[in-house]
Amino acid sequence: MVGKSIPRVDAYEKVTGRAKFTDDLILDRCLVAKILHSTIGNGIVTSIDTSEAEALPGVVKVVTFQDVPDHCYPTPGHPWSVEPAHQDIADRNILTGRIRYYGDDIAAVVAEDEVTASRALKLIKVEYEEYPVEIHPRKSMYGSNPPIHFDKKDNVLARSNFFIGDVDKGLEESETVVKRSYKTPIVQHCHIENPISFAYMEKGRVVVVTSTQIPHIVRRVIGQALGIPWGRVRVIKPYIGGGFGNKQDVLYEPLNAFLTMQVGGRPVKLDISREETFRNTRTRHSIEYDLTAGVDKDGRLVAKEMNAYSNQGAYASHGHAIAANGLTAWRLQYACPNIRGEAYTIYTNSPTAGAMRAYGIPQAAFAIECFMDDIAKEIHMDPLEFRKKNLIHGYYEDAYLKPIAANTNGIFECLEKGAEYIHWDEKRKEYADQTGDIRRGVGVSVFSYKTGVWPISLEIAGCRLSLNQDGSVQMQIGATEIGQGADTVFSQMAAETLHMDVENIHIVTVQDTDVTPFDTGAYASRQSFVTGTAVKQCAELLYDKILAYAKTLLPEQETRELSMDHGWIYAGDEEAISLEAVAQEAYYSLSNSSVLTAEVSTQVKKNTLASGCCFAEVEVDMKLGTIKILHIINVHDSGKLLNPQLAEMQVHGGMSMGMGYGISEQIVLDEKTGRMLNGNLLDYKLMTALDTPDIKADFVELDDPEGPYGNKALGEPPAIPGAPAIRNAVLHATGVAFNENPLTPQKLIDGFKKAGLI
Amino acid sequence: MIRDKVLVKCIVNGKEVAEYVDPRESLLDMLRNRLGLTSVKKGCEVGECGACTVIIDGETVDSCIYLAVWAEGKNIRTLEGLEKNGDLTRIQEAFIEEGAIQCGFCTPGFVMSATVLLERGEVLTREAIKKHMSGNLCRCTGYQNIVNAVEKVMKENAAENEGA
Repeated sequence: MVGKSIPRVDAYEKVTGRAKFTDDLILDRCLVAKILHSTIGNGIVTSIDTSEAEALPGVVKVVTFQDVPDHCYPTPGHPWSVEPAHQDIADRNILTGRIRYYGDDIAAVVAEDEVTASRALKLIKVEYEEYPVEIHPRKSMYGSNPPIHFDKKDNVLARSNFFIGDVDKGLEESETVVKRSYKTPIVQHCHIENPISFAYMEKGRVVVVTSTQIPHIVRRVIGQALGIPWGRVRVIKPYIGGGFGNKQDVLYEPLNAFLTMQVGGRPVKLDISREETFRNTRTRHSIEYDLTAGVDKDGRLVAKEMNAYSNQGAYASHGHAIAANGLTAWRLQYACPNIRGEAYTIYTNSPTAGAMRAYGIPQAAFAIECFMDDIAKEIHMDPLEFRKKNLIHGYYEDAYLKPIAANTNGIFECLEKGAEYIHWDEKRKEYADQTGDIRRGVGVSVFSYKTGVWPISLEIAGCRLSLNQDGSVQMQIGATEIGQGADTVFSQMAAETLHMDVENIHIVTVQDTDVTPFDTGAYASRQSFVTGTAVKQCAELLYDKILAYAKTLLPEQETRELSMDHGWIYAGDEEAISLEAVAQEAYYSLSNSSVLTAEVSTQVKKNTLASGCCFAEVEVDMKLGTIKILHIINVHDSGKLLNPQLAEMQVHGGMSMGMGYGISEQIVLDEKTGRMLNGNLLDYKLMTALDTPDIKADFVELDDPEGPYGNKALGEPPAIPGAPAIRNAVLHATGVAFNENPLTPQKLIDGFKKAGLI
Repeated sequence: MIRDKVLVKCIVNGKEVAEYVDPRESLLDMLRNRLGLTSVKKGCEVGECGACTVIIDGETVDSCIYLAVWAEGKNIRTLEGLEKNGDLTRIQEAFIEEGAIQCGFCTPGFVMSATVLLERGEVLTREAIKKHMSGNLCRCTGYQNIVNAVEKVMKENAAENEGA
């Protein structure tokens, strides 16, 4: 069953519109909440008057920052740590009077309907004392008065560094030293379903139904934010309309829980707008990099150094973990004896950055892979040849974080496939030294990516299986289906290990913290690896239990080995009894009835590196500054594919995001106020069907010894290599090195003018 | 204050519907909240994402920026109206076969846009299909398999018409 392209188990529900998402479960049959956002980017609320709003007919409750519990809480979707030193930074309240970015949450209204709630917001009178706004990390890191958070005087949330070998000596001994700076933009996930939740109380407990990737973490954070026992919180996650990391953060669930408690447990819906999603949820960090490297006369890396400055925005969220992940990437994949890295994560008055597909690696890979091309150009070497000379063959491991390692490494095979598809050798020659208004080029980039978060954080997953009366199996997991196909591959895994048809695995798609086994959720490309390990263990356990019970029914077969295959128990190679008959006995036997179930909670202390590459061919219009992507391919080394069609679909979606990151997506902030200027789907340019060329996904399948079914990370990696490959193709086409994505027409025209090309 | 409601009479998925609506109400809200047609999704409420696409008198419309009162006398189709007692239309099947579905939130809108395109009976290039579908945003699929599904059914239909 594993390795087959079966259709998604939820395809029918989704293609008929029957799949129920959060909003479909409540519609307008509840109270509606709306949030009052600040109209300044930095400062304090000096007075707030809610009396007129409270007097508006239909308004049920108005709460402000003065009413919320005084519990600072962390929001990122990380497993909690019992060691205080490793706990996430708790730096926000449910509402605030200390405004840290334009749009900060000051107050909330609960009303009978949406229009009344919106009108009430306009009746709340707020006065502010304003402080200067700073949206740039490299300015903010010298401190501000007052600081953005009182306990971080210099606005630096965290700093980390590492050393391998002697970089200074290595640079001295190098034949050529290259220094460059790169910058990535703030972008957003743009899942089509906005974050939405509704909350109510039942038997003294608060229930929150929410569009999240991390229901068990949301439960914990609501408890922390409200100061109530975690057992008094129940979180339910139905089908969700995409997440991409934004919903790997606790967003407005604590506020929603607080609001229902304020109105006696009546159901309250908090359905934020697209504009609020852009401004008030999370973004991908903008990171600035200064890179230096030295190479010997053969073009081998001798020493390299990275300095990174990550724009956290107003609140910690995932914080330094993002920039730190980029530092780790700097140590991996390329052979280099002397490496140094340092990263700062800095509070600014920008919107809060958090997790977004591939967790700091799209930023790092943009800088690193542009840099690799720039070094190759400097030493007049083909960029693919330069990479092949410096990439590590076979096994490698991280010097600091064990056991992170490339237990299988297919990067060279990936490069071979990609180069062949794009006709690398021919086109590098054909497109050299072009003139004219239309120029073409080909570019490449590579990456490596961890599978899960061990040993940086805990990896734990749960699975529960029970045999139904008809011999089918009921399956519950704590991991979440967010569109990536988790439910389908988990069903395939259980079917594989239980030697059953996948139609006989009935997976429960909804997670409910009251009943679902504990699992930390969908992130870090972890689920098929970590939860997959739990599924395999649980299925093995159930398999053994079924056979042990069958043995009691087959006294005449005492001496023969039993096995199970597609609905039958075999003794040796003879059909001995049907699985259905075994199940019926287990449920209803008057002498020996015991329903056959298995449950595991599994900690995984493994981590294996996936890798891959992108090749792009572009056509640049020198006078319009536009880029047309002619051909693009991602080739992934993600171990054995669990479901080739689903794998290809994941890659397509990631490539689309990668292309947007390369040529069009960026959030623009007003310098003076920090106000977001393009927080909507018209002015924020994600790829449309018309913008998207035909995209090609390919794989190199190596059987990874650490993956439960030979598999390793695939969820996030497809989003990594597109942007630098496109940028490098533009470099090939035009000779101009653009060091900041996205490569918009404005940037291209400016760059071509500066280079004297137009 | 009791606000005046306006009576709207229209056909929804082949059935006559009469609803008293708030004159400020969007068709999206009427379809979801009054008729329970939850395949019609809300993604932006300003006509940018296409998740709420429905077919009105043969044309695709973003129902979030279409007032419910404008639906008077109109023939409206939503995804719920396509499937007949569990039997899918060919484009729905093709979405499954081609792997055009991931999170599923944009899927209803895409299926409705594709349905209109296919019912026109034209044979279009991939580029033209993409243009027609570019009012629907998807963040999961990169559109590749969605376009494949539409193209596949379009070719099937063309072959059938040739045969007939």
